[in-house]
Amino acid sequence: MLRQIVLLSLFLFSTGLYGILTRRSSVGLFIAIEMMINAAIINFVAFNRFLAPSHIDGQVMGIFAMALAAAEVLVGMAILVMLFRQRKNTDIQSMNSLKH
Amino acid sequence: MGEWITNSAWLITALPLFSFIIVGLFLRPLNEKLAAGVATASIGLAWLSSLLLASHYFSAEVSAEAQKTLIPWTVEWLKFQEGVTVNFGVLLDPISVMMLVVVTTVSFLVHFYSLSYMHGESGYGRYFTYLNLFTFSMLGLVVAPNIFQTYFFWELVGVSSFLLIGFYYQKPSAVAASKKAFIVTRFADLGFFIGILILGYFGFKISGEIQTGSQPLDYAFLTHPEVLKAFLNLHLANGNSLLALALLLVFMGAAGKSAMFPLHIWLPDAMEGPTPVSALIHAATMVVAGVYLVARLFPVFSTVPDVLTVIAGIGLFTSAFAAIIACTQDDIKRVLAFSTLSQLGYMMFSLGLATMAEPLGYTASMFHLFTHAFFKALLFLGAGSIIHAVHSNDVWEMGGLKKKMPITHITFAMAVLAIAGIWPFSGFFSKDEILATALHGEHYVHFIGGLLVAGLTAFYMARIYFLSFWGKARTEKSSHAHESSWVMLAPLGFLALLSLTTGFIPFAEFVKIGAPLQQEGIDLHVAIPGTLMALLGLSLSAWMYTGTLNVPKKISVALGQFYVAIKNKFYVDEVYSFITHQIIFRFVAAPVAWFDRNVVDGGVNLTGAAMRGWSSALTLIQTGQLQTYLLWFVFGTVTASLLLWGIFLGMV
Repeated sequence: MLRQIVLLSLFLFSTGLYGILTRRSSVGLFIAIEMMINAAIINFVAFNRFLAPSHIDGQVMGIFAMALAAAEVLVGMAILVMLFRQRKNTDIQSMNSLKH
Repeated sequence: MGEWITNSAWLITALPLFSFIIVGLFLRPLNEKLAAGVATASIGLAWLSSLLLASHYFSAEVSAEAQKTLIPWTVEWLKFQEGVTVNFGVLLDPISVMMLVVVTTVSFLVHFYSLSYMHGESGYGRYFTYLNLFTFSMLGLVVAPNIFQTYFFWELVGVSSFLLIGFYYQKPSAVAASKKAFIVTRFADLGFFIGILILGYFGFKISGEIQTGSQPLDYAFLTHPEVLKAFLNLHLANGNSLLALALLLVFMGAAGKSAMFPLHIWLPDAMEGPTPVSALIHAATMVVAGVYLVARLFPVFSTVPDVLTVIAGIGLFTSAFAAIIACTQDDIKRVLAFSTLSQLGYMMFSLGLATMAEPLGYTASMFHLFTHAFFKALLFLGAGSIIHAVHSNDVWEMGGLKKKMPITHITFAMAVLAIAGIWPFSGFFSKDEILATALHGEHYVHFIGGLLVAGLTAFYMARIYFLSFWGKARTEKSSHAHESSWVMLAPLGFLALLSLTTGFIPFAEFVKIGAPLQQEGIDLHVAIPGTLMALLGLSLSAWMYTGTLNVPKKISVALGQFYVAIKNKFYVDEVYSFITHQIIFRFVAAPVAWFDRNVVDGGVNLTGAAMRGWSSALTLIQTGQLQTYLLWFVFGTVTASLLLWGIFLGMV
């Protein structure tokens, strides 16, 4: 059972990584990041359930990570909205003005 | 009276230092006149203290046992290792007390004279600050109890001389002269320094075997008989005495400072400085430091007679060489500079002829140093008074000043008689002792040479005297000359008094070394020919340089090329500039400069350029694209994980 769950998590993580490296839309990047975080949370919970059932550390960490991800999305989306107001797009490849 | 006088001897040296700091840092920016006053007053105090010290030191009641060497004050300065310590201290012995008196007297009179002479010059306060610095350095040099302190103050004296020669720093010739003086003496000091290192290194080795209670660089150690014996057993690889080499190197430093041939070239040019400075530094005090150093180390020098022979030879040659040149120079200060060279040569050869068994030359040399300081300072200050009035250094632009400047005239005449060696002026007594040394030691070459130089001295000194004071005014300026202010005349009068009286001091009772002196008083075998030579020189000069002045021209034409060579100072300067420009600059300095510019600087530039190239190449991977960075990051993480995995597997 653990094996299938870890494979699911690996699939989610890899999909997220692929998304980060290829999507041009910033919103798409966020979704990809969320997928990777969720893959990690699944790992926490699964390993907690199958390797140390008497403890709840992994579950606590999972809830903690979910709260963190929610906060992160909040800040990130706020930045994105501001950027969109200025540039009228959310293309990540045009966001290189710090280089110049 | 008593102990506290000798115990406070350090004050004499410290007073000028304190006033140098206070005047230079605080008073000079506020008020230049006040600065000059304070500087002069502090030297005056030092003068009074040294007179007090000398009267106590030489007074009859303490002379019996106190006239030995005292070190009343000392403080540890550098500690290299156990057994090698260098102290700062004050050493009192007959010659250092005598020098304290000479230096403070001349320095005070020169300070006082300068109050009026330098009036209205820009840099008035700066001038007095430098004079204070010089006085401090010279006093520190005089009282040094070890050769390291001597060297330290030796260089300080060189620096203050450099600063004062270049006092008129807007005048290119003064700047060149100050550089020349500094470089030439510095070059000589290189030898001195190597000499000190040799003495110090082997002295430290010897100090392990012989207990003397003093440090390896102390004069007390170097002049210790056991130590000297140990030194004499050391030899170089080719069998020559090590001590002789070290002493020759030390003498090289002394010759540089005392302007002995061939290191004399800086002294005539040093006359670019203000005239009172020439009187103080380049006539009365600093230039005798070389003679003083040889005298200070005389017990060491006397163990190596060959070195003393060299010193005597160089001294006599310089004496004659400079006297011949002095006869042809037209700049009054340059004539005085060459006469200083000549008199320093006298002192040197007198020291060179002395031995511990027959130490008359030592006393005579110190006596001549003592009397020479006063009459030569008087000559320079008198010349300064003339230059102040006429605004020219050229004796041919003077003339007829006898009536217009009566006091300067009388004092200058007294100084001329003193340096010529006419009884009862001081030069007669000291020169007599020097010639007596040569005669009694059966050094007939030195005796005849000394006599001839005495005649030449009388001749050229009388020449500038007659040309400047007698006859008619030869230029507009000299016909309108006026006597200087009393501030300038008072030191002249005082020095004239000293020139008249110092000869009668029973010097041989105070300053002596080695065996007791055989002969006291005036020796007629020496005094009569000496005086005759002086009178001959004076009268020849009087015949040539009063009246129509046709004779000198005829003589100079008759001498032809020889006269031209003398006039050009035997082309020594030209030889130096040929060696430096054509040989050293071309074959040493130029290749070194090329190496520096192309290889050293090129290497640095190449490193910089390579770094810049690399970094501009590396900027290409900074695209500013988040996803590129991320790709690199992922790639790196995967590689690192694979590597770690591989290592982990390999280990298991």
